[in-house]
Amino acid sequence: MAESPFGVYARIVRAQVRSQVQYRASFLLEVFGSMATNALDIASVFVLFSVAGGLGGFSGTEVMLMAALSAGAFATADMVVGNVDKLREYVRSGLFDSLLLRPLSSLAQLAALTFALRRSGRALQGMVFYVVALCVADIHWTVGRVLCAVFAPISGTVFFISLFVAGASVAFWWIESGEIANAFTYGGRDFTAYPNNMYGGWFRDFFTLGIGFGFVAYFPALALLGKSDPLGLPDWLLWFSPVVAVIAACLASLLWRVGVRHYRSTGS
Amino acid sequence: MIISARGLRKDFTVHRKVGRFRRERTVVSAVDGVDLTVERGEMVGYIGPNGAGKSTTLKMLTGVLSPSGGEVQVCGLEPVAKRTTLAKRIGVVFGQRSQLWWDLPLGESFSLLRHIYRVPETDHTARLKQCTELLALDEFIHTPVRQLSLGQRMRGELTAALLHGPEVLFLDEPTIGLDVLSKQAVRTFLSELDTRGDTTVVLTTHDLADIEKLCRRLVVIDHGKVVHDGTVDELHSRYRSRRTIVADLELPWPDGLTLPGAVVTAVEAEGRRVTLTLDGTAAGEVVAALAKAVPLRDLSVQEPDIEDVIARLYRDDN
Repeated sequence: MAESPFGVYARIVRAQVRSQVQYRASFLLEVFGSMATNALDIASVFVLFSVAGGLGGFSGTEVMLMAALSAGAFATADMVVGNVDKLREYVRSGLFDSLLLRPLSSLAQLAALTFALRRSGRALQGMVFYVVALCVADIHWTVGRVLCAVFAPISGTVFFISLFVAGASVAFWWIESGEIANAFTYGGRDFTAYPNNMYGGWFRDFFTLGIGFGFVAYFPALALLGKSDPLGLPDWLLWFSPVVAVIAACLASLLWRVGVRHYRSTGS
Repeated sequence: MIISARGLRKDFTVHRKVGRFRRERTVVSAVDGVDLTVERGEMVGYIGPNGAGKSTTLKMLTGVLSPSGGEVQVCGLEPVAKRTTLAKRIGVVFGQRSQLWWDLPLGESFSLLRHIYRVPETDHTARLKQCTELLALDEFIHTPVRQLSLGQRMRGELTAALLHGPEVLFLDEPTIGLDVLSKQAVRTFLSELDTRGDTTVVLTTHDLADIEKLCRRLVVIDHGKVVHDGTVDELHSRYRSRRTIVADLELPWPDGLTLPGAVVTAVEAEGRRVTLTLDGTAAGEVVAALAKAVPLRDLSVQEPDIEDVIARLYRDDN
């Protein structure tokens, strides 16, 4: 009789999808637009590899593994919470009130209410890309590496979800935050797609280790390939993606909770 | 008691631009030490001028806003800390914040809410049937919410707030902007709810008629403080509310004419319309005196306006 909490959110998502489909022309345009973007993304990967062959001392298939892991994790996170930056509108209009009046998590409701069906294709494509990259890459499979291959995209997804949520939370304090959060989310996607050792100096250290972008694709890919970090990080650190993901999720959820307490509910 | 607040406060920090870069911080208390207790089954009108802190209080009672100070309990729970537990036991209609899905038929919102609040099917069906009869939802239950009139939407919102059988119903301006018929439907529905007696209702409004028709108890708030807590009659007698008589005359009002028991407050339309404010004397005596003095064409007696009472009450405070 009692439905799982997940089932309730799934119902909200389905209602949201039904709402979107109501505006048929707009929905179809968005689907076609998204498909065209995806096609261009794939094309750009092929162009990159046909020209460069390899990057930062890694072969084409190795770079592809990093790119695929980054793309799969980002696209999945983007599908789940990519629109939570609409929190800005919810806070500005005071609409966030209605989420707080229901007996459900405000964050999960917001994610469900802003769920974009058109992004599911891209997430699926990212994961297929990842499986292909795993098959093509030169990996000596062990139990540890199989676990790593399974948990790496999950950790990466959780990491990006945390990033989206943390970025959106800023709106609780600063509604005019504009697109600043995107520098970290979409910027993070681009940063993690390439071998991190090719970036320079403090910029690399700050984003790879400080923010933790290295743990999305670069470090797990090194672990899968059995390579050491060319810049001399200890090998055991390469397996730490799930830990980093859990820390990121805790920090993001803390930020969200503090933000909700700080919510001012404008207007009448 | 089902609601209790002691010394409830909400401060907002407001930044004001001073010069090009400097900003000045000022703290504004939207709610400044409100004490309020409501017993189970009561219907309370919570009123005050715009910006007095009505909505802010309601938002603290429902767990939307964290109080800056004081204690508050609703259904024995602290609203913010136990937000999701409390949400199942209260119903809320905030006029501007719809609980309905804009693009879906009204009925679909109801069934979604049934799942969100985990209401057993039989309870849901029974409550929905009751609301459908009382609020005549049949005509538009299959219409997308965005196509509903304001009155229809408000009836939908009321139903949405009641489907999970809440112990307390909070209503923020439930009749604002509604046409006469919809207002009447909402009021009749609420008084029906009051008669059954198992739901506690707290409502804010600007409409005196809402209060007079529905609420025995009136809590008036101004500048974040409770300035009156009692019946409507107590309020009027305490602040010596005055009724007015507006009379249309056959002949112009003679200059300098006075009547016992009333003060002339306006002469308009080339002297053919006069407004008299009663000083407590029965309206009948004044009307009789007026009819003797000048030939009357038309006449109306106006009850004191709640806004006037509040305005005077506010002036008294200073």
